[in-house]
Amino acid sequence: MTVRRMLTALGMTLLLALLLCPLYWMLLASLTPESRIFGAPALLPQDLVFDHYRALFAGRDFWTPIRNSLFVGGATTILSVGLGAPCAYVLARMPFRGRTLTLAVVLATSMFPQVSVVSPLYLLLREFGLINTYPGLVLPYLTFATPLTIWLLVAFFRQLPDAVEEAARMDGAGRLRTLWEIVLPLSWPGLASTAILTFLYCWNEFLFALSFTLGPERHTVPVAIALFRGQYQVPWGEILAAAVVASAPVAAIVLIAQRRIVAGLTAGAIKG
Amino acid sequence: MATITLEHVQKVYGSGPAAVHDVTLEIRHGELLVLVGPSGSGKSTVLRLIAGLDHPTSGRILLDGDDMTEVSPARRDLAMVFQSYALYPHKSVRDNLAFGLKVRGGDPAVIRTRVEQAAAALGIDALLDRKPAQLSGGQRQRVALGRAIVREPRAFLLDEPLSNLDPSLRLGTRTELALLHRRLGATMVYVTHDQEEAMTLGTRLAVMREGRLEQVGTPLDVYRRPANVFVATFFGSPAMNVWPCSCSQRAGVTRLAGAGLAFEVAVSESVRIDDATVLAGVRPSDVELAPPDTADGRGHVDVIEPLGATTVVHVGIDGASRQSVRVVVAADDGPAVGDRVGIRVRRNRVHLFDARTGAALTPTVSPWPVGPRR
Repeated sequence: MTVRRMLTALGMTLLLALLLCPLYWMLLASLTPESRIFGAPALLPQDLVFDHYRALFAGRDFWTPIRNSLFVGGATTILSVGLGAPCAYVLARMPFRGRTLTLAVVLATSMFPQVSVVSPLYLLLREFGLINTYPGLVLPYLTFATPLTIWLLVAFFRQLPDAVEEAARMDGAGRLRTLWEIVLPLSWPGLASTAILTFLYCWNEFLFALSFTLGPERHTVPVAIALFRGQYQVPWGEILAAAVVASAPVAAIVLIAQRRIVAGLTAGAIKG
Repeated sequence: MATITLEHVQKVYGSGPAAVHDVTLEIRHGELLVLVGPSGSGKSTVLRLIAGLDHPTSGRILLDGDDMTEVSPARRDLAMVFQSYALYPHKSVRDNLAFGLKVRGGDPAVIRTRVEQAAAALGIDALLDRKPAQLSGGQRQRVALGRAIVREPRAFLLDEPLSNLDPSLRLGTRTELALLHRRLGATMVYVTHDQEEAMTLGTRLAVMREGRLEQVGTPLDVYRRPANVFVATFFGSPAMNVWPCSCSQRAGVTRLAGAGLAFEVAVSESVRIDDATVLAGVRPSDVELAPPDTADGRGHVDVIEPLGATTVVHVGIDGASRQSVRVVVAADDGPAVGDRVGIRVRRNRVHLFDARTGAALTPTVSPWPVGPRR
């Protein structure tokens, strides 16, 4: 028994090391002077410098992509949860013909490869003059974020006990009032985990952001990092520093809300 | 306060068999009608149909003569107490009680007074600022009741309200419910699977099985004049003894013989059961132990179940079938396991049922006068 536990612990440690290695390297290199990044790799940090971070915010305007990412991700999250919650409630609670089909279609729309929809979306956005605008990113993001939130919230609403809503109906509350005053307050764990997942998808999204923005004033964090590369040189130090900055909120959110996210994901998995 | 009428109500879920089959029932103003039956008998479905949480497949539901079949629960103005209590977990007790009043709109000061009066009546006024999670099972049950009472609805629907309580709390709460019904004088429909709860609480009982109404009547009616074998064996503890008998009728006397027991009873002239097989039913309290030579049948004591004041004796009757007959005796003169005993049936307490349909052969031999309906 103890041997087995020790083996398990050893295996876990190795796996963890393997997964953390690139992240550690990223962090380490972002703190190493440019001249030494390609020298003999050192596992332990030597004379750390914050030059890359300074360059990131002083030399380049890295605040702008961060602000763009926060705004686009935040707006998408609020809209998709706001629109998705009532949809999901109807799909979870009210029997109507074609309910299963509707759910399947909702899921299917989020299954198209992004590459296949990027051209039509581009044409559409250009037609409406939305290229290189915030709505020009939020609207495309909603196409994959809303199905995700609907799917997760349907699973969540279904596991809420019927009786509480029935009690509200007996008390004379209509559907909307029941949703607003009874269901949503009880659903905040589900809403929170859905919002977090949606925000993370938006924060990490690259292809749409690259395709639908033109200038640095609208670039999101992943696009900005990708375009650091100059014609004659690749500023690896700054790229890695930016990568650390981009990963930090993700890591923070996941560590804080770990349980919630796992619950949200498995709820979707089981009920799906 | 209201009269609730169900007319030929039927409910079918999906393509399955009918959960409720052609139920016609009038629940009178101010009575406490108990819907009672085993699980899956459709009693909770009937309650949900009355509430409006489900709609019947066919038939009509009327409140004080108004057709409510397709009306939403909100507009029926009925209150329901759920088996799981279904309190609003994120609201305080005060807000749980007030929700129904707030939804209907009203002066906040009046709502506050009514909530506090209802809470005081149920002894939960000290808990008004707590959340449901901070309450015990019994307290939650009171909050659920309070939420119904505070609205002063036209009628109360109670779905197994005591089944989640500890046995020690259940009896006390049952008595309080009876008092509450008397104090409010309100129409109540009460669902339970517990025959004792049904007998003690009900003004009238509606006995259900497999979606059908088996019998409607006062508790004593149902106990003394069961409409069929199912009702006869469902009520009373220990359950009624039932065994098949062959009959022969001669000069106003009917001779019953079966399962090692033979005796004669007087059956009304109108019941023709000569040379037929019937089911005879006798409650364990209507059988007594007798010396073997004067008994209707003889056998050995198989099992003894002391209940304190009385003892239930299971007697295996001599004969091929070894029919077991339960006899209730005073605790002091109980026999021992293995004793040879005779048993004697109280002649005027024998129920006869059709062997094929199980329906009571009316008029049954009954010593009780048919009294006026309450």
